[in-house]
Amino acid sequence: MRLFEYEAREIVKRAGIPVTDFGFTTDAAEARSIAERIGGPTVIKSQVLTGGRMKAGGVKFADTPEAAEQHAADILALEINGHMPRGVLVDPRADVKQEYYAGVVWDGTAKKPVILFSDMGGIDIEEVAEQHPDHVGRVHISNLMPISDHKAKECIAQTGVTGKALQRLTPIVRRLAQLFVDHDMVLAEINPLCEMHDGTFVALDAHMDMESEARGRHKKLLTDLGVGDDETRLAREPTEFELAGEEVDGSDHRGVAGNVTEFDGNIGLVIGAGGGSLTLFDAVRAHGGEPANYCEIGGNPSVQKTCGLAKLVLTKPGVDKIAVMMSIVSNTRVDIVARGVIKACLELGFDPAEKIAIFRIPGAWEEEGFKILKKYGIEYADRSVSMHEAARRAVAKIAGPESVPA
Amino acid sequence: MSILIGAETTFIVQGITGREAVNLTRECLDYGAGARIVGGVTPGRKGRDVHGVPVYDTVAQAVEAHGSPIDGSVVTVPPAFTKDAVFEALENDIKLVVIVTERIPRRDVAQMVELATMRGARIIGPNCLGIIVPDVVKMGGIGGPAKNASQAYTPGPIGVISRSGGMTTEMSSTLSAASLGQSTAVSIGGDAIIGSSYAELMPLFDADRHTEGIVIYTEPGGRMEAELAKWVIDNECRMPIVAFMAGRFMDEMPGMSFGHAGTIVEGKEDTAAEKIARLADAGIIVAEEISEIPDIMKSKLPAHVEHLKPPGVSVPSWTHGAS
Repeated sequence: MRLFEYEAREIVKRAGIPVTDFGFTTDAAEARSIAERIGGPTVIKSQVLTGGRMKAGGVKFADTPEAAEQHAADILALEINGHMPRGVLVDPRADVKQEYYAGVVWDGTAKKPVILFSDMGGIDIEEVAEQHPDHVGRVHISNLMPISDHKAKECIAQTGVTGKALQRLTPIVRRLAQLFVDHDMVLAEINPLCEMHDGTFVALDAHMDMESEARGRHKKLLTDLGVGDDETRLAREPTEFELAGEEVDGSDHRGVAGNVTEFDGNIGLVIGAGGGSLTLFDAVRAHGGEPANYCEIGGNPSVQKTCGLAKLVLTKPGVDKIAVMMSIVSNTRVDIVARGVIKACLELGFDPAEKIAIFRIPGAWEEEGFKILKKYGIEYADRSVSMHEAARRAVAKIAGPESVPA
Repeated sequence: MSILIGAETTFIVQGITGREAVNLTRECLDYGAGARIVGGVTPGRKGRDVHGVPVYDTVAQAVEAHGSPIDGSVVTVPPAFTKDAVFEALENDIKLVVIVTERIPRRDVAQMVELATMRGARIIGPNCLGIIVPDVVKMGGIGGPAKNASQAYTPGPIGVISRSGGMTTEMSSTLSAASLGQSTAVSIGGDAIIGSSYAELMPLFDADRHTEGIVIYTEPGGRMEAELAKWVIDNECRMPIVAFMAGRFMDEMPGMSFGHAGTIVEGKEDTAAEKIARLADAGIIVAEEISEIPDIMKSKLPAHVEHLKPPGVSVPSWTHGAS
């Protein structure tokens, strides 16, 4: 779950890392009073969860509180990459001598967090790593041992930084590593981490991404920051269709009939499980089909829940038929899914044989499932029909045979 | 033959009184020669039994009752309690821990893995279905009830490693239908940090003289495929590897997560396209469809592999043909 800059900076501040005297607001007039309080030139920054903010005009410099108010008003109305800003951050303009980078991420191969440090801050760290590898320090930290200053020191020293700067940077970087671990972050970076002309250091911008699975452990912090329980903070906001899918999945606790994602196509998909859904979605597209949605069934959901998912997809505008497909199931029962999708058709007043283009779910309780499908005249397939072949048949029926490449 | 487990492997089920764990226990007891589940652990439930398996309050009690070290544990406790359960297993000298539980924060997983490494133990998962040695034993829910597992898995020369539990069965079933049995199939889990990656299992398959080829199922997200490609090149891998990559559509949707927790395109190296290129560089063939895997594998397997067919299975025609 990505955090806005103003939230990330608050976390950095709480961790004992020096930050500027910034203010966050959703109101242009208040931006002016923050600028008055700061009492000098300011920077007004759009608070959006997307890159390219500077280029899009989401960052502006103000010499007076009046200019700060005007810029804030402009930025608050400015959409960037489809995102409206949450608010603006008003920051004093810093007198920077040198910019550094400090970050912590997971290394999935080493299975440990890795501290990254560079004396070339202010730009994308991946770019620095590619073009100036000797300017990037890397040190892994143990998951079990306490985080110690020397790890941060080693990382910084790898870039050649020494003297007073090394001494002053060390506790900052160690604290960043500590907050990464304490808050279950998957990314915590300060960029730029600035050395001022008076020799002090200050975090001027911060990016944080907290692991969604760990949100429950950080309720107090998230409440303090004003992050709502319903905020997904994904790459894009959930659509109404997706929210309706969540409601279906939450209707009872048994199994999963959810993870619904909306797409523009006309092929309604009732698919599962995790890997099966990925495979089938690709397969439909490989055969020239355009899915109306992505979803996942798994863990043996109830008839009611499966029915709810099928109804949701069947009633999506532009969808005429659904394809019900999964990889071989061993926990989810074939007969229960069959009943769920048939019930959905019947309750909507449709003929299941007409609305279900194909049913390809082999595995547990398949004899019972196939018996029911046969009774309703639905085209079904067992494991001898591959997932790709089932997808091909679905595309042929729904989109018309001309869209299926030979 | 097999890797990780065999007919003699003893294990416990932690969280054995949960609904899924009760089913899993039944399935493992019924499959093949019948798993040697020597105990179950659920705090506060000592004295009960699950399908004849005695339940204890602690792992230490299970070990004491067994009278000698226990090889493995299947952990099925809720995410908030998983780390403690795994630590408990490791501190009681259990050397193979299969973690079924999903949605465990990665800090916890990383801690479990680090302790396991310190103790000379191995973790499979989390968010996995476990390990199966066809017709011999299974440890975890992989393949489902014994009847269903027998339908999909058959003994033979192919090692299967998969980030998706369900797809482990789908691919093995496809291999079985083409007379390519499996030596061992391992569901390694779909999270960003897991106990055993492809590259970490390869030395085991490499050392198993009955494994002649490897089939993997993979997805976008993480660097595990690059790690495998490196292993294959560095070790001049003796076995052909055929991969299937799902979730190719995700390359167009960075920042969105599908399928499994670890399946997300966050950087260039995470994409399906990049991974396919890395795998290809190492000579790993990436099949476009699962149904193509058996023929690709047959064309790559050494000629002597037919001798490893289990008795009673007719030698398929491909072993005599142009391949």
